[in-house]
Amino acid sequence: MKSSHQIELTAGVFLLLAVAALIFLALHATDRGVVSGESYELQAGFSNVGGLKPRATVSMGGVAIGMVEAIDLDPETFEAKVTMRISSEYDNLPEDTSASILTSGILGDQYIGLEPGGSPEVLADGDRILITSSAMVLEQLIGRYMFNSDSEGEE
Amino acid sequence: MNSEQNGTVLTAPLREFGRAGLFLLTAFSRMRFGRRQLAEALRQVYFAGVRSLVIIVISGFFVGLVLTLQTYDTLTRFGAADAVSTVLALSLFRELGPVLAALLFAGRAGTSITAEIGLMKATEQLDALDLMAIDPMERIIQPRLLAGAIALPCLVLIFNLTALVGGIFFAVFLMGSDPITFWANMQSSVELLRDFGGGMLKAVCFGFVAAWLAVWFGWSARPTSEGVALATTQTVIATAIAVLVLDFILSAFML
Repeated sequence: MKSSHQIELTAGVFLLLAVAALIFLALHATDRGVVSGESYELQAGFSNVGGLKPRATVSMGGVAIGMVEAIDLDPETFEAKVTMRISSEYDNLPEDTSASILTSGILGDQYIGLEPGGSPEVLADGDRILITSSAMVLEQLIGRYMFNSDSEGEE
Repeated sequence: MNSEQNGTVLTAPLREFGRAGLFLLTAFSRMRFGRRQLAEALRQVYFAGVRSLVIIVISGFFVGLVLTLQTYDTLTRFGAADAVSTVLALSLFRELGPVLAALLFAGRAGTSITAEIGLMKATEQLDALDLMAIDPMERIIQPRLLAGAIALPCLVLIFNLTALVGGIFFAVFLMGSDPITFWANMQSSVELLRDFGGGMLKAVCFGFVAAWLAVWFGWSARPTSEGVALATTQTVIATAIAVLVLDFILSAFML
């Protein structure tokens, strides 16, 4: 039988271990996760973001370089305004970089793919990406396909 | 015992449930939160929590391992192996962590609480406490109730952590998934309050119910060796059913 002192000490260590597990899980496995390292902000307007969600990946050439921080509707242009947080490691993106909303795999989430341009000027914190292409919306694609096949039939 | 005393097959479990509820109310009405009570509760956290750590850690690791193995195998058929961390984290935090840890807790800690109290009753220690004007509710029952509600959430956290380690071991080290994608997918789909917090709320409820049933069956056991043996069996059965039913009710409220 352990002494009372030892038992209380072990129980204290156990509780401490649980608190450490709580902090680790809350910070690393949930949406409050801390993004490590320095980062800067970019914005882009899309006419349709489809199923894009906050914290979706922003990638260039297939490499994750940041994440979507917020998505809201611009009250004047009625475009979806997407705020992205890009790792400071990649602070030399050309000014004419284009952004498009893509889907990974069949069941995959939507993410933003950046395509570098050729401008010598670089995007800085708070800048806006001007060339964007919206998410593919399946209903619109089907509609377009049906419309095209109809007109072909008439010709 | 005659049937008049115990009621019919239908009413007997209801009466038992009612008696357990009254017992809980009595325990609550005599609760005190002094320094001494909390120190005793901490000692009980050791017996219920620390002593269950080995079974929780080993089961957690292998649950994470097999869960990842199964989902990885299925998801690769759809080309969605990246979603494995999302499936792992969501199923662990919301369901498997609290439920499996509670069932293991009932088997390891619940039975030992029942046996301990049943044995105290059989050896007339509870009556001795009464004679010394020490309230057994306050000295014996309350610390164990508190310890259940504290120890099980802690065990669930450790279970979830080791299960994640098991999942990472399989997905990242054995299957070669990218660890950054693994964490990023998990972070993008697990909500702190809804998924993680909901699971922890369940853990607190399960811990409390498991401790309540354990002390109740110990308290109401027939003071013979046979009665104590029967009571420990009943603790496991009742806790398993209660946890699964409560899990359904809590999940329905949280969705």
